[in-house]
Amino acid sequence: MTFDTLYFDIGRLDRLSYKDTFVHHLDPRAKVIATMLFLFTVISFPKYEIVALAPFFLFPVLLLTVGEIPVRFIIRKMIVVSPFAVFIGIFNPILDTRTAAVIFGVSLSAGWLSFLSILLKFALTISAALLLIATTSFPGVCHALRRLGFPALFVSQLLFLYRYLFVLMEEAMRIVRAREMRSFGSRGTGMKVFVRLIGILFLRTMDRAERIYYAMLSRGFHGDIPSLKRSRIAFRDLAFMAITIAFLAVFRFLPITEGIGRVAQELFR
Amino acid sequence: MSHHIVEFKNVFFRYPDGTEALKGVNFRITHGESVGVVGANGAGKSTLLQHMNGYLMPTSGTVTIGDLTLTGKTKREFRKKVGIVFQNPDDQLFMPTVFDDVAFGPLNLGMDEASVRERVRKALGMVNSLDLQDKPPHHLSSGQKSAVAIASVMAMEPDILAMDEPAANLDPRSRRSLISLLKTFKHSKIIASHDLDLILDVCERCIVIGGGAVVADGPSAEILSNKAFLEENNLELPLSFQGRS
Amino acid sequence: MHMADALLSPAVGTTLWAGTVAVGGYASKKLKERIDDRMIPLMGVLGAFIFAAQMINITIPGTGSSGHLGGGMILAIILGPQAAFLVMASVLTVQALFFADGGLLALGCNIWNLGFYPCFLVYPLIYKPLIGDSQNSRRIVAVSLVSAIAALQLGAFSVVMETLLSGKSELPFGAFVLLMQPIHLAIGVVEGFVTAGVINYVQSARPELLESIAASRSLGAEISLRKVMITFVVLAVITGGALSWFASTHPDGLEWSIEKVTGKGKLPEQEHGIAAVLKGIQKKTAFLPDYSFKPEGNDPKKAEAAPARPGIEVGTSVSGIVGAVIVLGMIVLIGVGIRSFRGRDA
Repeated sequence: MTFDTLYFDIGRLDRLSYKDTFVHHLDPRAKVIATMLFLFTVISFPKYEIVALAPFFLFPVLLLTVGEIPVRFIIRKMIVVSPFAVFIGIFNPILDTRTAAVIFGVSLSAGWLSFLSILLKFALTISAALLLIATTSFPGVCHALRRLGFPALFVSQLLFLYRYLFVLMEEAMRIVRAREMRSFGSRGTGMKVFVRLIGILFLRTMDRAERIYYAMLSRGFHGDIPSLKRSRIAFRDLAFMAITIAFLAVFRFLPITEGIGRVAQELFR
Repeated sequence: MSHHIVEFKNVFFRYPDGTEALKGVNFRITHGESVGVVGANGAGKSTLLQHMNGYLMPTSGTVTIGDLTLTGKTKREFRKKVGIVFQNPDDQLFMPTVFDDVAFGPLNLGMDEASVRERVRKALGMVNSLDLQDKPPHHLSSGQKSAVAIASVMAMEPDILAMDEPAANLDPRSRRSLISLLKTFKHSKIIASHDLDLILDVCERCIVIGGGAVVADGPSAEILSNKAFLEENNLELPLSFQGRS
Repeated sequence: MHMADALLSPAVGTTLWAGTVAVGGYASKKLKERIDDRMIPLMGVLGAFIFAAQMINITIPGTGSSGHLGGGMILAIILGPQAAFLVMASVLTVQALFFADGGLLALGCNIWNLGFYPCFLVYPLIYKPLIGDSQNSRRIVAVSLVSAIAALQLGAFSVVMETLLSGKSELPFGAFVLLMQPIHLAIGVVEGFVTAGVINYVQSARPELLESIAASRSLGAEISLRKVMITFVVLAVITGGALSWFASTHPDGLEWSIEKVTGKGKLPEQEHGIAAVLKGIQKKTAFLPDYSFKPEGNDPKKAEAAPARPGIEVGTSVSGIVGAVIVLGMIVLIGVGIRSFRGRDA
């Protein structure tokens, strides 16, 4: 993956987070809490669970469609980060060959079940994380964190990180490109160069930090980053959370999917 | 309005590494004046500006605004009176949204919410950027960032506006907007810049810094048309005075 | 490498999050008391720097396999343990959100693995003591190497343990360790060299820089060895307690032997006591990982083993699959429906 792709991906996700849809306007706290509960519920399913995970795809699908987030984009990002989970998970079918079920005459090993479970959980958890940031601006998430009790110091510097993320990525790109233009082929790549580039970037970063601090002082900064109370919880936020929690509870503890299957089987008998 | 008179009396400044950046700077700026600070790189323009709000303190000599002399204790007061706009707006817009940036100053002044919102509205209105309120700074263009940076300083309603290379990163159109905007400001303005044409347009008076001292101080039209003098100080005639050769 | 949500169990995830939040809270508190105003923008911007540096790392060949220059060591050296931990936590948070690297529940694990070890263990216990007051560039390289390798080994081993204790993977301990540790040895070497390289570069180009930052964070912010040891003991006690609680709710061995002894086909329900309650919770929520799965009836040879876990039987049957297909189909329809509805509006 090149620098450019990463940079544009982050930029795109960042821009998507400022869109103007119902989902985007939900209070960040509601979305953060809902997402975390969703994730927790998903991973709380046992090792071999597959069927009961199906309904949970409704959550990311709703966020994605109502939030107008491009599907292919999300899927691509999911694929990019899948290697670790897939790589570890693939050992399951290799190592666990006990037969677990016989479906339509095919015998499935427990290992394949747990692997599939891992893949499904991966899809659900990763898409939920991506959709959280796609539908909630990063500053929104930060404000949610602070209102949820995270230390102000941590959140303040997190906001600074975000603010200067793109600035520093662009600066890094410039430095790298300048080097690329001066190195022909294999000479000029590798460790020494990398260290030099990082060193230069570091010094520039330090100078920038100094200038920013000066700018803050010039506008009266004396220790605490001030802020105005912004969002208030609205009815729709509470409704969103209530519905989500109800959904999670119902589909976690009641075998609805299997029930639907049984009903369907009866109907077709 | 004597309490707005900016005065540098025999100001010397030496950096920790020994560089003598200012060697006896003297000048006086009265209320409402528009003064350009001009000089080659390294002449001391930025250093001079950094004394105006107490980021740097003179090694010897005094910096005063009205009755207030710059000391460690009076720095905060100076920062209320002098608003500095930096060369790189990215350094100056450090909050998550434009609104937050413009509100930063007033909030630090201890104002209540309603007054802060009013200040932000006024300041952004002054630079025609009200529609940018909720945007994060990194989504803005250079011209927009410059405008918002100015707003963030103006929101503190300083008596004196100091600017360091305000047009450096602007495209011609944004630059033109900036010049028109500055002409509408009634504050005392101190503008350090290489852009001699901008200085000509905006500042009726001009101070030339050379080797850490003031080498000329007078009407811009006069000083900036003196070719020989300018070249002596590693400068050139403003482009608008140069013929096409 | 980062821990992933899909491989994580609620128990492990919660524990590590609790640890991370506790350490983060402590670091914030300590820092608040002692730092200079300039630290907050500095920390933020350095976080962005680490992020950008990691991206350069990924795109330059020859600098290491997985392309993840952690940054924990270099941050700890420059900013001190507490600030470095918070910055690492921030960088990982941004990665978790924008790249979905690992996941939001695994974030607690990742911050612990990549933040706690370098900042609160390796830096105070290895780097600082070994480096002393020296500014010798070779010494910096040597100590950085040792430190980075140590930190990464600890982190990698933690990933192994977290995965194992979560119970979603079949990889046995031995194989997993043999997989992770050597890779992270190589990554550690790279990180060591880069850390030393940058420190040395900065020392030579702008020596006063590191000193001035060190001055911004007063000496009181350093970690005492004693405190680290005490923390360790506490952690060990908590971990030991958790593990034994966990073991006690897995009375599989007990069930099996009870069945053998009583000769009853079904185990006598333990209706009373905390074990029953916990077992009930376990059944309902699988809060703790289920290690032993033995399907009932499918394998006559293993009939004497412990009874089947309900989780397997329910669901993974024909009706389950049918139901899943129907549900997924419905979800797709809903999605497409909303899509076209929106499209019409636009």
